[in-house]
Amino acid sequence: MKLLLSWLRELVDVDLPAPTLARKLIDSTAEVESWETIGADWDPERIRVAEVVAVEPHPNADRLRLATVETGAGRQQVVCGAPNLAVGQKVAFATEGALLVDGHTGERAKLKLRPIRGVESAGMVLSEKELGLSEDHEGILELPADAPVGRPLVEQLGDVVFDITTWANRADLLGVLGLAREVSAITSKVLREPDLTYAAKGPDVGALVSVSIEAPDLCPRFTASVIESVTIGPSPAWLQERLHRHGMRPINNVVDITNYVMLETGQPLHAFDFDLVRGKRIVARRATPGEHLTTLDGVDRELDGEMLVICDGEGPVGIAGTMGGGNSEVSDRTRNVLLEVANFKPGSIRRTSTRLKLRTEASLRFEKGLGPEMAEYAQRRALHLFEALTGGRIASGLVDVFPGKQPPRTIELPAARVEQVLGMTIAPDDVRRILTDLGFVCHFVPPGHYTVQPPYWRPDVAIPDDVVEDVARIYGYDKLPATHLRGPLPAPEPRPVEDLRERVRDLAVALGFQEVITYSLTEQAKLARVVEPGDARRMAPLSVVNPVAARHSFLRTSLRAGLLEAYAGNRRQHEGPLRLFEIGSEYLPVEADLPHERPVLCALLGGTREARWARAGQHRIDFYDAKGAAEALLDGLGVPASYRPEPGYGLLDGHAAVVASGKELLGVVAQVHPDTAAAFDIGEPVFLVEFWIEDLARVLPERPEYAAPSRFPEVRQDLALVVDVETPAGRVLDLVRAHRSGTVRVAAEVFDDYRGAGLPEGKKSLALAVHYRASDRTLTDDDVARIQAGLLKRLEKEIGAALRGG
Amino acid sequence: MTAPTSALAELCADALAALASAADEAALEQWRVAWLGRQGGRVTGLLTSIKDQPADQKAAFGAEANRLKRDIEAAFAEKHEQLKRRTLRELSTTEAIDVTLPGRPQVIGRLHPVTQTLRDCVKTFGEMGFRVAEGPEVEWASYNFDAMRIPEDHPARDMWDTIWVDKLIDGERKMLLRTHTSPNQARVMERTPEPPIRVIVPGKCYRQEATDATHEWMLTQIEGLAVDEGVRMSDLKGVLYDFSRKMFGTERKIIFHHSYFPFVEPGVEMALDCFICRGEDPACHTCHGTGWIEILGAGMVHPEVIENAGYDSNRYTGFAFGIGVERVALLRWGIEDIRHFYQNDVRFLSQF
Ligand SMILES: [Zn+2]
Repeated sequence: MKLLLSWLRELVDVDLPAPTLARKLIDSTAEVESWETIGADWDPERIRVAEVVAVEPHPNADRLRLATVETGAGRQQVVCGAPNLAVGQKVAFATEGALLVDGHTGERAKLKLRPIRGVESAGMVLSEKELGLSEDHEGILELPADAPVGRPLVEQLGDVVFDITTWANRADLLGVLGLAREVSAITSKVLREPDLTYAAKGPDVGALVSVSIEAPDLCPRFTASVIESVTIGPSPAWLQERLHRHGMRPINNVVDITNYVMLETGQPLHAFDFDLVRGKRIVARRATPGEHLTTLDGVDRELDGEMLVICDGEGPVGIAGTMGGGNSEVSDRTRNVLLEVANFKPGSIRRTSTRLKLRTEASLRFEKGLGPEMAEYAQRRALHLFEALTGGRIASGLVDVFPGKQPPRTIELPAARVEQVLGMTIAPDDVRRILTDLGFVCHFVPPGHYTVQPPYWRPDVAIPDDVVEDVARIYGYDKLPATHLRGPLPAPEPRPVEDLRERVRDLAVALGFQEVITYSLTEQAKLARVVEPGDARRMAPLSVVNPVAARHSFLRTSLRAGLLEAYAGNRRQHEGPLRLFEIGSEYLPVEADLPHERPVLCALLGGTREARWARAGQHRIDFYDAKGAAEALLDGLGVPASYRPEPGYGLLDGHAAVVASGKELLGVVAQVHPDTAAAFDIGEPVFLVEFWIEDLARVLPERPEYAAPSRFPEVRQDLALVVDVETPAGRVLDLVRAHRSGTVRVAAEVFDDYRGAGLPEGKKSLALAVHYRASDRTLTDDDVARIQAGLLKRLEKEIGAALRGG
Repeated sequence: MTAPTSALAELCADALAALASAADEAALEQWRVAWLGRQGGRVTGLLTSIKDQPADQKAAFGAEANRLKRDIEAAFAEKHEQLKRRTLRELSTTEAIDVTLPGRPQVIGRLHPVTQTLRDCVKTFGEMGFRVAEGPEVEWASYNFDAMRIPEDHPARDMWDTIWVDKLIDGERKMLLRTHTSPNQARVMERTPEPPIRVIVPGKCYRQEATDATHEWMLTQIEGLAVDEGVRMSDLKGVLYDFSRKMFGTERKIIFHHSYFPFVEPGVEMALDCFICRGEDPACHTCHGTGWIEILGAGMVHPEVIENAGYDSNRYTGFAFGIGVERVALLRWGIEDIRHFYQNDVRFLSQF
């Protein structure tokens, strides 16, 4: 919505500078997006109002004329090329040195006079383009007939145009009057309402036309008037100017009046050529499904059974509250006008305009909810202008069908509620003054409540707290103190999965991974690269109806695709190690319910290790880096786990393991299959660590398995064990670590995996560092020998291990 | 008597001469083994030979030999100390390293800037007693809109351009990607039999929106909700004032101005004083010359929303707010384009 300062000033005195006014409106009423000052660089000395007093042909050029203008400081002769120049016109006249927009180049430049085709010119009669008002360079700008000659143009036409976004519940603010009322309340200045008077000299309107409403649920009110014998013509300059500045094209005086009154009051109006209204009657009814109407914009539209149409005696002539029909349009030939000003159910208008993809100035106002009384107000205002501007004869009375008439609403507002909601007291005098300025009727009933009647143009005010808001916003939120919440704290809800998720996030960071966040929506083709084809749930992701882009059409059922893309993108940017992770949800479809949002940690790593200056760092990150990260993460959580080889879709067989703790599967550590990596444009080995947070939460120990550190020293023995090559090292380690002997604990690490010369065929040698420690004594050499013998015996029995060289 | 004594003196002189010629720690150790070694050390040998001396000379010889041992040991200790000093001197002179060479890279990970900001916000509200709750990102239209007093065919729906999920349950239950975290107001109240409530609900939201430097279709919000007897709009201001000062500096000022969200009444927007230009630059990109940066929407929970939860709206009041985490991150770090966040370029991410 545009707001012209000049128009606003007609309705209320405003002496605030534009930025201050904008700030006050933002604080109390609506969002002021920006404002533009018209005429800021019009030199008041050099650009003034003048009157054309004579026009003669140019002696040397057919297309040019010589005009004599009265400037207020004497008559001047100018050469002019405009076709619309005529004696008696008020025009904008510039003298040498005025800063203007050049009509041809569009650049700003100072006016320099020189003879045109041999005739001196004392100045220039200006078009809109030269004033920077529009691109129109065809004809000169015509000023209102009452513009005083000699007046600086900036006083005549200068203005400030505010661009305002109003809230969705305030149709009244889509009219200058509504905004003026707010300004009046904010600044405590008197509101001057527009003139609604006119003389009805025509016949009784009821004898000319009848109106019936067949769908009162969609049409609470319908008013109609008839203006006979209008003279169709252009609107006066001041009216055209205002429409222009609101971005509307003037058409003729009748149509312009309807648009003008809409801009002024917020209430849309529609004018029919009365002679084209068949049967001289109007019916508001639901459309017959499949019914058609060609609207004013020339588009044929098919209607459905929930859309309200305005019909004459034979069929639709307009889509209610949205757009009129071409069949009854006001034209140059129109003699008699039927003026419709109605009220429609907001939701219905919004539904219709949404379905038809036809958002109009009218529908945007109706959908926000206008008070039905506004219809009559706008009728009177329009008739006032019809009388003044069309020369038409106004039929007596109004046709007014008002099935939705409601008694005035009364809201009881306990005075204590103001403080209960706001946390500050506002004196009854202030409450009453603010509400009265806004058009409410307000009585303070001692000891402690207000009886409030909201004005008819404010259907949004329905409950006491609505009234509290109106008082508060005008009173000023700057007066609201900042206080502390009081009262008891609610009990916390346990959130084991979310808490774990955050611990895992911290651990991933501690392990050197950079967190990324990828979009939750992806492509099915990308998901198919990382999801097992047999995984029916993940292969049938939920899709969205209206994605922002085709590549964001499906809710991901795996994080891997997005992360591989992020990896590839970063690999293009730099060499060296990459360690990325994301913790986010997989959205797994659930029958007849919201999807399961399953939190997952997905991490990728690869590339060359961190380079060192002492040594070229050409060592690649490998599977064991990934596994090391997984182990460290689980160690950080205190979750014991085992790893076993397990192929997985999109993973490299023989380089993939599942992580388990007891029976619970927790995740995956693997090399991404080179073909899968290549599909994401990754040409190097890349490794995956994935943990499923919910599953992890099930095995997370409630508290660490605590034991006081032993005071006794540890004994280390290295063991070289010869086992079958197929025997997984993990199995050997599990056996060693599980070995117990009284109070002695055994810890073990592998420090070498040797195959080749010196070993029997089909065997490998695992070198283990084994640590023994008792909680109650210092171990003797004999103790260690005894425990180790037991351990070796067990290893031999379970996996056929032998001591190397033993 | 002279013979053994002079032999001892000779031995001592030899030992000290050899000691003097030991040039480094290794030579010194060799010397120690040769002279003082437990097995075969010449001085040690001397001491073991005491018992072989004639009985009348044993005592004198023993005394002499022990004195000699002490002298030699003392000389050794001194020599050892000398060499240690020299080594340390060399370490700090001829063996000084180039400390300007870069260190060996250690791996450090980082949280995404949105996560960092989210956590800072959560912590700040946590200190004011707000618990954290979460809710689904894929949501029923009834929670996202209807429970928030935004019925179908209401123009307020224009405020939230929705991405709809292609699934309709029972021909009427519509699924969507939540456009805001506000549906969790209803969800939290639904599972809380009676106030007090004091929660924040962080999470991702989605908008059917073209992206540009200030708009991203996936965003992170924090919903705040406090419901109890005596919760006032001034408390809302206090909470947000604290939040603003914690996140943007203790000297921050805030203002409320009128706004409209169907689920609050009154509704406001909160703005911070512009800490970039301090309100002095009409061309400021951050505040557009207004001196104020709009940062979040808030208000008092609409009595109808309170009643829908089964609470008495005459007794209980509440406030709610919604914060865009990306916007907070943009402001606190002076990031010029919101689209950086989900491009996942490590060159961007690793700066925070
Ligand atoms: Zn600024």
